[in-house]
Amino acid sequence: MEEQETIVGRGSRDGAALFRQWFESLDEAARRDERAAYVFVMGSMNEILKAFDMHITLPEINSLQLAVRHVAHEYLQEAEDYGYSPDICGYVKADVAVQLRGGVHPMGQIPKPCLAVYTNACNTYIKWAEIWERIHHIPIFTLDVPGHRQLGVHTVPGDQSFEADRAYVEVQIRELISVCEEITGRAFDIDRLRETMHYANQMSASWARLLELNRSTPSVFNALTDGTVYLGVANGFRGTAEGAKYFQDLVEEMEYKVANGIGTITNEQHRLAFVGVPCYPIFRRFNELFAEWGGTFVSSTYLWFASGGTQKGYQYDLTDPIQSLSEGVLLNVRDAMNSMFDQTTVIEGFINEFGLDGVIYHPIKSCRTVSTGLADSRRQLMENTGISSLFIESDMMDRRVVSEAQLKNRIDAFFEGLISRKQQLTATGGT
Amino acid sequence: MTRSSGVFEEWQGCSLEDILGICRDTVEEGDYSAVQRWREGGGRVVGHFQVYFPSELVHAAGMLPVKVCGAPVETRHADSRFGSYLCSILGTSLELALNGTLELDMFVSHPICDAARNLAAIWSRNFDYPCQILYLPQNANSKGSADYLRGEYARLLAELEEIAGRRVETADLARSIDLFNESRALVRRIYEVRRETPWKINAEDSYSLVAIGGFLPVEEHLDLLRTVVPMIEQNERKPEDRIRVVFEGAFCEQPPLDLIRMLGRTCYVVDDDFLIGLRWITEDVETEGDALGNLARAYLEQSSYSPVQHDNRKPKEKMLLDRVRRSKADAVILTAAKMCEPGLEEQVAYVSALDDEMIPYFISEFEQNMSSFGGLELQLETFSENLLFD
Repeated sequence: MEEQETIVGRGSRDGAALFRQWFESLDEAARRDERAAYVFVMGSMNEILKAFDMHITLPEINSLQLAVRHVAHEYLQEAEDYGYSPDICGYVKADVAVQLRGGVHPMGQIPKPCLAVYTNACNTYIKWAEIWERIHHIPIFTLDVPGHRQLGVHTVPGDQSFEADRAYVEVQIRELISVCEEITGRAFDIDRLRETMHYANQMSASWARLLELNRSTPSVFNALTDGTVYLGVANGFRGTAEGAKYFQDLVEEMEYKVANGIGTITNEQHRLAFVGVPCYPIFRRFNELFAEWGGTFVSSTYLWFASGGTQKGYQYDLTDPIQSLSEGVLLNVRDAMNSMFDQTTVIEGFINEFGLDGVIYHPIKSCRTVSTGLADSRRQLMENTGISSLFIESDMMDRRVVSEAQLKNRIDAFFEGLISRKQQLTATGGT
Repeated sequence: MTRSSGVFEEWQGCSLEDILGICRDTVEEGDYSAVQRWREGGGRVVGHFQVYFPSELVHAAGMLPVKVCGAPVETRHADSRFGSYLCSILGTSLELALNGTLELDMFVSHPICDAARNLAAIWSRNFDYPCQILYLPQNANSKGSADYLRGEYARLLAELEEIAGRRVETADLARSIDLFNESRALVRRIYEVRRETPWKINAEDSYSLVAIGGFLPVEEHLDLLRTVVPMIEQNERKPEDRIRVVFEGAFCEQPPLDLIRMLGRTCYVVDDDFLIGLRWITEDVETEGDALGNLARAYLEQSSYSPVQHDNRKPKEKMLLDRVRRSKADAVILTAAKMCEPGLEEQVAYVSALDDEMIPYFISEFEQNMSSFGGLELQLETFSENLLFD
């Protein structure tokens, strides 16, 4: 019993503490007038930046925190008053307002940037960095990661095409290192890079194991709510000893829960996969709309792409760090992109592996990267598998396009249909 | 497989006004009848989505490159494939394929924006022919970009050879580059005429002459341009008292021709970014040596700008100011397609730069499917009169 009290819930407690610690360190850095590298969740390049001991801030996380804390509308309005359209990404607009306020954020002061590093996993990253370039007159660095060229056709290490793309990524990584040397005034230390990559390896392995553990019944964490907390740590602490340790502990906790049949707080009756980005303006309530019916999210594509595609646990070869980093970045970022554009094949497999009862598609106004193809993906999944699914649109930032009443109507109807379908299957002896 | 007879010959022997009328009608009808005729002759067709595409590769393989940039059509079939909050061009482009207007043997798209990068997957799920992504470099400033792009072109060319059922020789590529060089040079000449003597050709006719090149065999487009450019140069229309404007914001989704016509009634549109992908290469591509390498270098080094390409050497607001100065424009019509994130984001930087330079601008949004321009025309007339009588 004592053991259970120590282990169960540790991930949430420690995750929240680490998260606060991260923002406090940023706040202190800002007050010392130190600058940070602005990076993104899909291809953060923490491995390189941490090797230079740079402060890291992820503006996507800063923005979503504003929505979770129910103040996003103030920031969105400020950016719109400045000239940004209501029809662009809410993350961008909220961050513009943070920048206009000199970095003032409810979780602490955000340091000004010394550099922005971004991949092409999301095109808005590029436009976003251009805004910082104009406001702060800083260098911005595009790490161009060519994605898959054709649906379902994935090149792998050793293929001529893959190696050509990898070589292009490697050239750029070496250029990024030079930029970091120039900004920090420090020489690149390859052993320090090995160290950050070693911690990233540990975190990736734990992340893959964590997601896999939720196959158990009952599920051991909620992929939508708990998963988002874990993601915050995964992004903020990638390449660090604290991050690696946190995930080792988290895996230990979840293995304990699996071994002892301990589930989440939801009385699990319907196992769901979530496709898209969470509805942060009503983050807890959104989950409750499902939990009230006994629905729990056992898997989420968000945990794939927003972890930078690390869900397969790719392990860097530390004997040839830069070559291996370029390979890992190419594979991971591609997986992140694939999780947005072509998640159907994986979800088809998850129906059995995770015992899915339904799939919830949640396209949002703010993010065309994730949302544009979801209607067509859902059509294909339904055709291929016949699994129950729900398509609900809202937003990750803007409460003006989130209608709780409409969402509830649709979600209630979905569960009524799902329950009726299960009853029919039981009556006819189906599974 | 190539065709021996023409697919667009109705303009031959006509006056300038009649030729321009035929081109306008052809573009406005948007039924791709010329493409259909090409297919009926046994030709293969490769559709490519906005913005830039190296048409030379498709041409060298004996196929017809067709720019897919939507049309003012109802999206009855395509609607169910997309969510809400989307620009029109994605839906209308897919609609053209789903409703059978545009039959293709291959579709190539580019990850130009968050929405468009989903197109290849959606297209693949809906059609049996190959649907590919051409990954043009998003890092235009890396030492590795040109080599990478050369390799990407080689990869695409191998796919094209497969579809064409023939090998593309060096001489084929050189010939194609040569033809497209001439076509781009003639288009540049039309733009020079518009900058210097905009009364000789209005924006909608200039637009039609460029747009038609997006779906005609380059040889036929060249015949047309070789005939019509001297006629435009000799056109004796008289100048009128109108303001000179640059139209900015149509790098991907195109405004309806009626909107461009309306602009031409009010102002001289002396430069623009309509169909900038067809005009992306700004100088002749080298024809000697490594053709793919030459095309790659031209994309990176001899090229225009758009909100969907970041290049440290080409800050967009500076490029716009250059365009305004080069064309001696009095003002800018600053637009974006509805729901077009890159365009809408760029507007803020453009506004700031224009304010700094005290260049007047008129901000608006458009949609490919819009059909009512009364309110817009009134606003634009007021804007124009304010400048004329200032």
